[in-house]
Amino acid sequence: MNYIFIIITAIFVNNIVLNQFLGICPFLGVSKKISTAAGMAGAVTFVMVIATIVTYLIQKSVLDVLGIGFMQTITFILVIAALVQLVEIILKKVSPSLYQALGVFLPLITTNCAILGVAIMTIQKEYNLMEGVVFAMASAIGFGLALVIFAGLREHLDLMTVPKGMKGVPIALVVAGILAMAFMGFSGLV
Amino acid sequence: MDNVKNFTKGLIKENPVFALLLGMCPTLGVTTSAENGLGMGLATTFVLVMANIVISAVKNGIPDKVRIPAFIIIIASFVTVVELTMQAYLPSLFASLGLFIPLIVVNCIVLGRAEAFASKNNVISSAIDGLGMGLGFSLALTLLGAVREFLGSGKVFGLQIYDTNYGMLVFVLAPGAFLVLGYLILVINRFKKA
Repeated sequence: MNYIFIIITAIFVNNIVLNQFLGICPFLGVSKKISTAAGMAGAVTFVMVIATIVTYLIQKSVLDVLGIGFMQTITFILVIAALVQLVEIILKKVSPSLYQALGVFLPLITTNCAILGVAIMTIQKEYNLMEGVVFAMASAIGFGLALVIFAGLREHLDLMTVPKGMKGVPIALVVAGILAMAFMGFSGLV
Repeated sequence: MDNVKNFTKGLIKENPVFALLLGMCPTLGVTTSAENGLGMGLATTFVLVMANIVISAVKNGIPDKVRIPAFIIIIASFVTVVELTMQAYLPSLFASLGLFIPLIVVNCIVLGRAEAFASKNNVISSAIDGLGMGLGFSLALTLLGAVREFLGSGKVFGLQIYDTNYGMLVFVLAPGAFLVLGYLILVINRFKKA
């Protein structure tokens, strides 16, 4: 029951992009086509779950034991940066086809604040490891959902006549605002 | 002369938010009020200036291949300094900015300036570049925060302008951030062309 609660909250109610404002850069940057958006969403899901597990274990078994919680930011960002590189190398060897699909997005993920944000939130909310994994997975799905919907909207937007000054970023932001408003409808869900 | 240009370009022409669209997460996330926007802007400015100074000072000692991880460690150290200082002296601001303080590490502006400017220039012009970019960022955040606070709750910097009951709550909530930023960029583009 608890897991279902975490999943629904992370995907719909506190959607990581539209409600928490994490990962806005890829949200605006790689949302021009549905196919690239889906690739990015896949890469984020993959890295987010692994990063959450590794940072959680480091927090509990190193930082808490030694009492150096203030090193959290530095440690986490280093772990995530190293992890992204590692995932890239392993993926290249083990599954070249998956690497082909996700490859270009992996380096961009290091500076995706959603990854670091979810890792820190898992610690702050005092989840256990299993809850943390579920939370990371659901957050990543929420990210993917928002990204793919937004990419679909932007593909249609290309065919519309938009006022001259509104072209590009301004209209994209306004559409994102309306999408966020639609997601607010979920707020009564839990 | 060059230093004057380094300083002013961050304010308007290459403003990180309105022109370069960097650092969107804190821009949208914390600007529920002008005060929060200003606080976040100044925290980022401090990190930008200090990181630019240190990186430009040690740039010759860093091998090219590991420069990005090295930059990230330097930036993360200063973010930790800001985090601990703010927690000690400004606990209420720290509480309202919350998660976004550690997230300064992954703010594209900081790493972007380190890579694009501090790794190629001397200490003084890097410091000035950081200051200009940081103040441009603060300006954008404060403006966005003030507009959202005014429309949403009838206040600016906590000062009551009109009755809160007439405010449009949506502008303080998540959708308002996207809408206000979209229209602000529209207005700024209009003035830039003229």
